[in-house]
Amino acid sequence: MIRALVLLAALAFSAPAWAIADPAEALPDPAQEARAVQIGSQLRCLVCQNESIEDSGADLARDLRKIVRQHVAAGETEAEITRWMVARYGDFVRLRPPFNWLTALLWASPIIALGVGIALATGLRRKAEPPAPLSTDEQQRLARLMEN
Amino acid sequence: MNRRLLLAVPFGAALLGGGAFYAMLRGLSNGSFDPRGVPSQLIDKPLPDFVLPGFTRADVVAAKRPVVINFFASWCVPCIDEAATLMALRKRGVPIWGIAYKDKDPQTNVFLARHGNPYARLARDNEGRVAIDWGVTGVPETYLIDAEGIVRWRFVGPLPDAAVEGLSKLVGA
Repeated sequence: MIRALVLLAALAFSAPAWAIADPAEALPDPAQEARAVQIGSQLRCLVCQNESIEDSGADLARDLRKIVRQHVAAGETEAEITRWMVARYGDFVRLRPPFNWLTALLWASPIIALGVGIALATGLRRKAEPPAPLSTDEQQRLARLMEN
Repeated sequence: MNRRLLLAVPFGAALLGGGAFYAMLRGLSNGSFDPRGVPSQLIDKPLPDFVLPGFTRADVVAAKRPVVINFFASWCVPCIDEAATLMALRKRGVPIWGIAYKDKDPQTNVFLARHGNPYARLARDNEGRVAIDWGVTGVPETYLIDAEGIVRWRFVGPLPDAAVEGLSKLVGA
């Protein structure tokens, strides 16, 4: 019982979980640290490529985290820091690809999908239109058939 | 007519998609397409300024001839693989300058004593900070710098044997 309470207290008073492995990496100013995390989470780790540098345990990611924090502490904007990274590693370093002719199809795909959907829906609706009313000839024939 | 055209749409889409997929698979198998590759931003651009214990950018430019610069490390297994190719390049008279990446001096020295030292000059980037300015993502990585200090070519991973002939010709050795 006491052990459980101690454990609970330890949990309650433990430091918040950092995205980075080593709390010593964090900037002393929480607002600056939050900005660094936000910027780093948009930058791709070049080693384990589907992780951001904030999430990755790779050595290079740790170095890049450090650099992001140095630039944030120097008062640089997110755009400036992203430009610094892109100058070295290209657009690939950005987890959110920029809009250019290479990525146009990627960014346009929701609109294209919507267009295809609308075209399909209208096509199907047209097919579902009620048939033309019966001609007088047909109505007479139907009436005769119904009588029998 | 309209109906036939409509029928051609899915066939056309399938043909286009199939063609693109085939091109992708071909590129994957012959190495011209690498989805994990990080293309170098330095190609045809001047080498970024750097000062390292061993040599600096100014030294590279002062060489007044094309230089091959190779990032390596004693902890890097593919670098052992590459050592023989680099030694063959050296024998052909190609100037190779080495940069030890995130390594410790004594360990670099042991590595070079064990696997051969192909480097005309050796610099140490033990912090790995200069490598980031070059856009290096790992070791080994090899750059060809021309006589004017412009980066002309980069290769990620151990150099294949075929590179000996090609680089010798390019460097004029």
